[in-house]
Amino acid sequence: MKVFEGLKFKRGTTVIHRLDPRTKFLVSCMIFTLALLFTELFSIIILFIAQLPIIFSARIHREWSRSLRGSLTLVVIILFTNLIVGYVSNNFQLTSQLLTYSISMAFRFVVLMSSFSLFFLTTSPDDLSLALEQSHIPYEFCFAFTTAIRFVPVLAIEAQTIMDAQRSRGLELDKGNFLKRIRNYIPILIPLIVGAIRRSLELAEAMESRAFGAKKKRTNLYRLQLKRSDYITFLISFIILSLSLYIRYNIPIPELQFPL
Amino acid sequence: MIEFKNVSFTYPSGAEALKEINVKIKDPDFIAIIGENGAGKTTFIKHLNGILKPTRGEIYINGLNTKKASVAELSRDVGIVFQNPDHQLFCETVEEEIAFGLKNFGFNKDIISERVTWALNLLDLTKYRKVSPFMLSGGERKRVALATILAWDPKILVLDEPTIGQDFNQKDKLRQFIIQLTSQGRTVIMVTHDVEFVADCNPKIIVMSHSRIITTGSAREVLTNFDILSKASVIPPQITQLFSQLSDLDLPQNIIDLYEAKQLIIDLTKRRLDNESL
Amino acid sequence: MSIVEIRNLSYSYPGLNKPALTNVDLTIAKGDFIILTGPSGCGKTTLCRCLNGLIPHFYSGDLKGDVIVTGLSVKDNPTSKIAQHVGFVFQNPENQLFALSVEKDIAFGLENLALPRDEIRKRVDRALDIMGITNLRENAPYELSGGQQQRVAIACILSMNPELMILDEPTSFLDPVAARNLFEIIYIFNKELELTIILVEHRLDLLCTYANRVIIMDKGKVKADGIPRDILSSKEVLSLGIGIPKVTRLYNELRASGIHLGDPPISVNEIAQEIRKLILND
Repeated sequence: MKVFEGLKFKRGTTVIHRLDPRTKFLVSCMIFTLALLFTELFSIIILFIAQLPIIFSARIHREWSRSLRGSLTLVVIILFTNLIVGYVSNNFQLTSQLLTYSISMAFRFVVLMSSFSLFFLTTSPDDLSLALEQSHIPYEFCFAFTTAIRFVPVLAIEAQTIMDAQRSRGLELDKGNFLKRIRNYIPILIPLIVGAIRRSLELAEAMESRAFGAKKKRTNLYRLQLKRSDYITFLISFIILSLSLYIRYNIPIPELQFPL
Repeated sequence: MIEFKNVSFTYPSGAEALKEINVKIKDPDFIAIIGENGAGKTTFIKHLNGILKPTRGEIYINGLNTKKASVAELSRDVGIVFQNPDHQLFCETVEEEIAFGLKNFGFNKDIISERVTWALNLLDLTKYRKVSPFMLSGGERKRVALATILAWDPKILVLDEPTIGQDFNQKDKLRQFIIQLTSQGRTVIMVTHDVEFVADCNPKIIVMSHSRIITTGSAREVLTNFDILSKASVIPPQITQLFSQLSDLDLPQNIIDLYEAKQLIIDLTKRRLDNESL
Repeated sequence: MSIVEIRNLSYSYPGLNKPALTNVDLTIAKGDFIILTGPSGCGKTTLCRCLNGLIPHFYSGDLKGDVIVTGLSVKDNPTSKIAQHVGFVFQNPENQLFALSVEKDIAFGLENLALPRDEIRKRVDRALDIMGITNLRENAPYELSGGQQQRVAIACILSMNPELMILDEPTSFLDPVAARNLFEIIYIFNKELELTIILVEHRLDLLCTYANRVIIMDKGKVKADGIPRDILSSKEVLSLGIGIPKVTRLYNELRASGIHLGDPPISVNEIAQEIRKLILND
């Protein structure tokens, strides 16, 4: 759940917030590509550090670090999976190379998480939906997308209320063996699902009552427009990406090694 | 017995929902908690069976510290009926729904079937024994929810907004039912906005506002205290408003009940007639 | 001039044998403020759904008779068309706000009508202003209290300039003070914007001074229809189990004991005046 907290949009007025969602999407994609391109620990650390100024200038460091902490379990899993697989396939030998590789794989995931959270923390879902609409994705999909995001907190509260109500009837969620514990959640899931269905019907009624589908082509209160800052960001991203590609194929990257 | 000792509670979000709550509720008693939306009423009742534990202070339910007991243990004594029955109904039949709590508490089969029959009968639901709770009307579902809790006969019954979505007849039946429960020696605590319903039930009242208990007293004392009521965004009962407007006619100011009001006005007109004939 | 004409309307929901409405005849004049009430399951909500075309377009089922609203027959016009004349505010504010900001929510209906951007902006600003929620423009629905959410829902409807506004128990989730404030706003619309109001409500004590007409339904039929004063004190209405305001009940009780207080009261002020008159002068 913590991971999702770290992906929840935080309203702000910084330069980063004001960038077009499409621009930010591109930047995140670039970081993503770079993280896949480089496997050396050294370059991944650089990639991580390079994000820090952006994150601090968007004033989202607190939420960002929460999302990273939330993904800690996954990071550990990735680290050990790599270690174990490498260890087994390497005739049960633990080399410093393997250790370094596993660490960089885990760290790479941190970089990916970080670029995701940078995007989601600074992009309002409304803007995102607008970006989708302007990319000619049918309005129904965009609407479904914003509605889903809008109702996440509502459903979270509802799930809590249901849990409270069932626990008040003596339901003990963490009692019994593994299978029993899963079964314990049935009394929570059924009201939650029934509630969601009822809610979606009410939503549909309310949409109908506000002339949904009255005209083939609807208009929009806002329209996204690329600004100068967006073009500058594009340019910088392009330069960084070309430079990185050049480095990747022409310049040896210094090796960092964890001693065993 | 319920005892709150200097209880404060802060949600993880940082919102302080209870501030220095001190209150003692002895058995049997009949209490209404009133106050504006967000005053902390629901947070308060969630502390009664340990769903929430105080951030500071201690709560004792029949001598048991809620921090040292599980929700299931506490719920055996404190049955909470939440506002929306749809948050708890999930079984295929009303009968199974009522048996759910009993099974959780480990009652044996014979007792379960006996208690289910008893609860169905008590709430006039016997004809729906094999019916899906999802097929029932809103008012009926609310009754099923109440039956599921009453089935294990908790000493203390807590009702969160029992009158919401209920029409006049349903409310009147609910009132009679609650009075019946209290007369059988149970403690009933209800959270409600419905001040006219409270005036008809005549319980003791706890007024909450901005996370604090701002006053406690009899319905008569509290519902006629306009200052306190306005602090808690409560509109006084119409009868009380009327007597306040007629204060110059030498009428008492602590009236909440329709029939008492009627008698007082009849007496007043009689006195007037007597004076005239003199 | 009438804004709603219902002739011999009967309706049953699909799959249910029992009709939800039977032989309803109703005319509603422009500018009316109507309270629609009755015991649970009496057909109030169903009737409202017929007025903006949710029945028979969203809910199928068996519709007989005619429903003409603002000159449009609901059978022959889709809900999206009727929605431009009839606004509908639902009970649960949470489920009628879809966007992530108040402003976008108000714009939703206008965008559906494909209005030009400037017009949308103008109407959104006006609706925010009328409802006194300009400061909430950027807020997400889950950051608002129930009362604020319901105001937003009303702003959404107002921005579409309806002629008739239907509100189905809009105050169920509000505390009494928030409810009273909402009723006052609705009353102002009725008077100043000449908006026809149909308000479904149980809390008659807070409401009946605003309305000029009460319609009481029971078992799918209109059982009583008239000005609040007469309806609330009539014997047949008492037997229907409607939440008659306490002051009106006091009047009825006194009348039964031989004390007559002039016209039936619908507010504390009115009965106070009558009692004062009785005691002080005669």
